[in-house]
Amino acid sequence: MRRQFPLALCFIAGLFMAVQYFIPHPTVQDMYERLLIWLQTLLAFAFLLGTVSLVRVHYHKIRHRADDRGYSLVTLLALCLMIGLGFFHSAHHAQGSPFDRMFQNVQVPIEATMFSLLAFYVASAAFRAFRARTLESTLLLVAACIVMLGRVPIGDMIHSSIPVATRWILEVPNLAAKRGIMIGVGLGMMATSLKIILGIERAWMGGGD
Amino acid sequence: MLGDRGQSGGIRPWTGFVALSVAVAALFLCPVAVSAQEEVEAVEQDTLLLVAAPTGLSAIDTPNDRGSSINVTWELSSDDNGDGIVAGYEVFRSAHPETGFAFVGRVPFGVTEYRDSSVDNRAPTYYRVAALGADESPFFSGTFGPVEASIQWFNRSRLNALVAVIIFVVSILYFVNAAKSGKKLFIRRLAGLDEMDNAVGRATEMGKPILFISGLSSVSDVATIAAINILGEVAKKTAEYNTKLIVPCADPIVMAVEQEVVKEAYAKAGRPDAYNEDDVFYLTRSQFAYVAGVNGIMVRQRPATILYMGMFYAESLVLAETGSSIGAIQIAGTDAVTQLPFFITSCDYTLIGEELYAASAYLSREPILLGGLKGQDMFKLITVVFLVVGVIAATLTATGVIESNFMLAVFATG
Amino acid sequence: MNIFERFMNIDRRWIFLAIGIAVVIPFFFPLGLPISVTEPVQNLYDALDAIPPNGQPLLLAIDYAPATLPELEPMSLALLRHAFRNDVNVAVLTLHPAGYGLAERALNKVAEEMGQVYGEDYCFLGFRPGISAVILGMGVNIVNVFPEDAYGTPLNDIPMMDGIRNYDDIPLLISLAGWGAAEAWVLYAHQPYGQRVGAGVTAVMATDFYPFLDTGQLIGLLGGMRGAAEYEELIDHPDEGVRGMDSQSSVHILIIALIVLGNIAYFGARRKRRQMEREAA
Repeated sequence: MRRQFPLALCFIAGLFMAVQYFIPHPTVQDMYERLLIWLQTLLAFAFLLGTVSLVRVHYHKIRHRADDRGYSLVTLLALCLMIGLGFFHSAHHAQGSPFDRMFQNVQVPIEATMFSLLAFYVASAAFRAFRARTLESTLLLVAACIVMLGRVPIGDMIHSSIPVATRWILEVPNLAAKRGIMIGVGLGMMATSLKIILGIERAWMGGGD
Repeated sequence: MLGDRGQSGGIRPWTGFVALSVAVAALFLCPVAVSAQEEVEAVEQDTLLLVAAPTGLSAIDTPNDRGSSINVTWELSSDDNGDGIVAGYEVFRSAHPETGFAFVGRVPFGVTEYRDSSVDNRAPTYYRVAALGADESPFFSGTFGPVEASIQWFNRSRLNALVAVIIFVVSILYFVNAAKSGKKLFIRRLAGLDEMDNAVGRATEMGKPILFISGLSSVSDVATIAAINILGEVAKKTAEYNTKLIVPCADPIVMAVEQEVVKEAYAKAGRPDAYNEDDVFYLTRSQFAYVAGVNGIMVRQRPATILYMGMFYAESLVLAETGSSIGAIQIAGTDAVTQLPFFITSCDYTLIGEELYAASAYLSREPILLGGLKGQDMFKLITVVFLVVGVIAATLTATGVIESNFMLAVFATG
Repeated sequence: MNIFERFMNIDRRWIFLAIGIAVVIPFFFPLGLPISVTEPVQNLYDALDAIPPNGQPLLLAIDYAPATLPELEPMSLALLRHAFRNDVNVAVLTLHPAGYGLAERALNKVAEEMGQVYGEDYCFLGFRPGISAVILGMGVNIVNVFPEDAYGTPLNDIPMMDGIRNYDDIPLLISLAGWGAAEAWVLYAHQPYGQRVGAGVTAVMATDFYPFLDTGQLIGLLGGMRGAAEYEELIDHPDEGVRGMDSQSSVHILIIALIVLGNIAYFGARRKRRQMEREAA
């Protein structure tokens, strides 16, 4: 029963979601609408689940005096601080509130900095990986250089055909390969969904059979 | 106000000539005598405001819908050239045209259709459309009707999708059954997955943990589900070898499922005691805060093996480059096409696109899962055949060898 | 280890330093390179430009997180400026929890700058969890998903939302996202409901969206800071996007130079090694 019930529920829900695509009748569409509202409610609970896990893990680390417990302490303090400030965060005066200031002046710059690391890593990875060892890697290298030039104004200045070549690379060979992968991915998605609905694939229940 | 507009619907449809006559007649009715000069100016101004009414009005029940909706179409006013003479069109509706029309909606100039979504089903309805002059004065078309809105049980425009789904299901079920009955199914080698055993063994020898990252997407993403399947297989091996497995999650629901999967795998391997719930934990949903957290774990705990499976975005290279800098063996698998080059550059092995989905069948070698994979391949073959025929048909149509592209009907969806 | 090999194994922090310098210098010595407008950006501009004033609203989904703010905020500012300049009403929402503060930040900045009135010219619906569920739900009825705006006012009491029921009443939707949200709008708003969708995404993701442009599933696309810069040019209001273009140019040139130098070193080292092997033989 512990296995059959979720499997049956999954089958019914999956089948309904597939069938509703073909039936515009209000009886079915209203039920579909209701399911979407339920889904939103369920997803809101997920945030609670995450917070509980976060607190649990870091609390255990501090309690068991793990080596990196200092980080755990900072995490928990930051969490409490932001939740605390959030309670005083009146939606009507959101901008300029302490919560908003912490968000705009701490989280935004820190995250933006993390993202900007990408430029540094791209440069070092390109330096390391782009070697004209074979014909294919030379083609890749040349294409990369053309696209890099074609995406910035200086490419226009060097030669007007560079942006044209860039568009051709992006829209013809790049797109063709991408479509091939996307069709495979799409079919793979359908197959996986179908296997879940039919109960063939059961790993999502926790380990299988 | 809307009702006022509806009442003005009593004016007959105009041609330019009739409207001009009325405008001139109105001038005669003017009680104050005007000079000849002013008279000419007034006529000119009124002439400028006259607009030809829209023609060819038609209305049909919106096909394949849940009812309560009628599609109204018309031909543009001959004055509608996008130069501001026609400001837009207003649509009016009535159950009894003799008692007047009510305003239902407005569209900008250049538009020739309107969907009225508030109609009573099975009630005869009449329509008329007005072109609006620059000063918003309406010039009405004739009346069209009656037309009734109705509810449909099946969306016929999606028939091709239904047929495809049926073929797909049949193909999967056929191969699953074939696999169950013991038929040998060939599956090509996937180097990244073959290496999984060695990667786990290496971590065990070095006494270092394995880091498993299941992407940043939610559990509704098939890539995440595939990652969870792979995690189950990896956890079985780490349980066997007694190697620490760290799974930081970016989604709370994914975390809950992965905790179950790892726990179950440890129980199956006969080592339920080795499972530590704190090793599968939630980090954060925020993309780059997650990267910061995971990179921190990499630098502090220096895992020997890192597995990236699932859906990744711009963070992929930052993660993989950090992993590469600590000398870990890295195996990636993702259906995020844009991130593939980054993983290929920085990882030792990369599963491309659907290879990720095939992983659980490949690793477990369960006949039912392998059958599913074969069924999927068969359908892909059918798709490729259709695409090739479609391309040939499109080319022949474009070059004029055949008159119409018969494949369009197959690919058209609603 | 000869000079070529030493260069190939250079500490990557030197590369990081060079990139840092290449980014910063153009901020002090701007080059002012001319920016040409590409078709996907022009198409998005035209689609927004065609929305009638003071009628059905543009739906702007500010779905980005703080991380991608530097790349995507210039887009939201440019789009909002364009909409407000044309008196097009704008309804803003976000599918990312951290997008709430960022959407407010962009919206309030431009609304204040251009003297727009809340509720009449623009409104902020806020955040709802559940990506596909929210998008699909809005296709049925927006009020089901957002019964009230971000500040607790029932949607039915907001004048500009009067008569706006679902995607049938939204002439254009634009999602700005550094993750899967933009694709989700295409899959769940355009595909089932026929909603016209435009997108603004990070440069890293842009190539993912070309197939959607080709099939008409996307009306137009702003890709990375270049996309923002092109849009700023179109609305004749150069800002962060245009300013960032010089830095991007210099960094791209530097990366190409690094690739070329890396290859010279690679071939130099190979030749040296072969020479030594020959001498040893």
